Amino acid sequence: MGEYTPNTNYLNHQILTARIAHSQRLFNGFTAFLFTVDKSSNSMSEKHNFGIAPVTCHSFNRDRTGLALSLNDSNVKIYKKSGQKWQETDTLSEHGQRVTGIDWAPDSNRIVTCSADRNAFVWMLEGDKWKQVLVIPRINRAATCVKWSPKENKFAVGSGSRLIAICYYDVENNWWVSRHIKKPIRSTVTCLDWHPNNVLLAAGSTDFKCRVFSGYQKEVDEKPGPSSWGSKMPFGNLMAEFSNGGGGWVHSVSFSPSGDKVAWVGHDSSVSVADATMGNQLMVIKESFLPFMSITWVTENSMVAAGYDCNPMVFTYTGSKINMGAKLDQPQEKQSGNIRCSSINEMPKDWNPNCLPKNGDSEDGGEESEIDVIASAMNRFKNLDKKGTGSDTATELKTQHQNTITQVSIHTGTKGDASKVATSGVDGNVILWDLKSLESSIQGLRIS
Amino acid sequence: MAATLKPYLSAVRETLTAAICLQNFDSQLVERHNKPEVEVKSNKELLLTPVVISRNERERVLIEGSINSLRISIAIKQADEIEKILCHKFTRFMMMRAENFTILRRKQIEGYDISFLITNFHTEQMYKHKLVDFIIHFMEEIDKEINFLKLAVNSRARISAEEFLKNF
Repeated sequence: MGEYTPNTNYLNHQILTARIAHSQRLFNGFTAFLFTVDKSSNSMSEKHNFGIAPVTCHSFNRDRTGLALSLNDSNVKIYKKSGQKWQETDTLSEHGQRVTGIDWAPDSNRIVTCSADRNAFVWMLEGDKWKQVLVIPRINRAATCVKWSPKENKFAVGSGSRLIAICYYDVENNWWVSRHIKKPIRSTVTCLDWHPNNVLLAAGSTDFKCRVFSGYQKEVDEKPGPSSWGSKMPFGNLMAEFSNGGGGWVHSVSFSPSGDKVAWVGHDSSVSVADATMGNQLMVIKESFLPFMSITWVTENSMVAAGYDCNPMVFTYTGSKINMGAKLDQPQEKQSGNIRCSSINEMPKDWNPNCLPKNGDSEDGGEESEIDVIASAMNRFKNLDKKGTGSDTATELKTQHQNTITQVSIHTGTKGDASKVATSGVDGNVILWDLKSLESSIQGLRIS
Repeated sequence: MAATLKPYLSAVRETLTAAICLQNFDSQLVERHNKPEVEVKSNKELLLTPVVISRNERERVLIEGSINSLRISIAIKQADEIEKILCHKFTRFMMMRAENFTILRRKQIEGYDISFLITNFHTEQMYKHKLVDFIIHFMEEIDKEINFLKLAVNSRARISAEEFLKNF
């Protein structure tokens, strides 16, 4: 079980291997153009599979050689990167129920985990073993999410008991102390994000609201200077409260790198941005997509959101509106051996090989469409035999993630200038998306 | 009549696709519990507005959504007594074996003939679009199935009547 190899959808299709070999031949012949076309699914994204169980949450360490994730159970698995693979090094099994949140602090190299069993643990590396310290956030329902503050001297836990627990380490008592923010949260807190000033905290909850609180702890924090959200920040103070008018549970919230804007996604398929520098002006975009589960800023004006569409999407904020950029997962040129037609009666029409979708390189188009015809004919009769239907029975989705994406995180770079983002999904995959090469290959995609 | 079937099914399909956006959600009422919210109805902010899609007064679908579960109830067309009996027997047969159908509910919602309960645990194991396909396929097939049973019952009745009347 220990090793997992990255694989791409592309390579799974035997019928395409001939074509790949062909394009590699062309690439070796210095055809740079063909290289960018053909590597589309190989180098712009990198897929790592961790089995069939959902990846509930994940977190990378600072230099991205370590990965902590939970496979929808009570264990946290630690992986180490070796070459292109992730090697399992440790399993942290102290939680009694499903782990709901993991955050790996980049500087202090501590992992905080929280779970549906209402507890949190802080894990520290001693030698090559992870040692845990129990944190009791004093919540009486499941914890839902956890986040280290930017200075890593405290962390926040969201919970189903309608409160946020801010925990900091009390040196005198050798104990993690928890303080609660209760008002005016009226339902489960689903997501959290810290402001870069280490004091403010954005929280989304299932009461359809996104709120900005002060998480100031006088024991560990210096007195904060004024920010665009307000100047007085006593602990637990509600700095701002937003509702986008619809009735969507807030699934994810993210502060912009400067901390002046906060973006969140709701179950009403909306992406909202509130800008504190412009008097808490609220922008909402709703288009024909399914709800998003996670959002993060990748530059000061661009965000990547992903969720039930299984396809990460880029949004840009211009100051007056939010624009939908592009989907990062461009469909594969063609899945081999599928013809889209709804009934057997349509068969003669579709049966003309000229109607079949052609792929990019026209040089060997003739030869390839022949292969395709044979493959699709074979599939058609296989389906007729197996399932009693000749229609399109393709089970796999056209996207790389085969199920809901649960979390988007920055992989390379910072929120202000990210070059790679990572997404984890219910299908057990973690996919790394290279934003720079995607930006140059997808028409109309500008990440600025 | 058949002209209304396609828009009816496509409306159901679209609604299901939007409604099967489920996540794991622990109860905020009972400690360490995780229950389908659409069944327990403990918090009304966690429920979505129920949607009824109806083709005519007899054929309709009720879709009740929530944050971690979804209930689909189908009213099957029953034109006469015999169809009513057949429909009752048929759905009862399936509901008694509900665990074999995974998403089938053991008891139907009042006013409907059969109910399905889809939770986040089902969407974690199964493809969402295939779940939707299954429901649509079921709706398409159930009418055919009942018509077929009705024909079979009628022809059998005819044969047995014939045999019976031969004695006189």
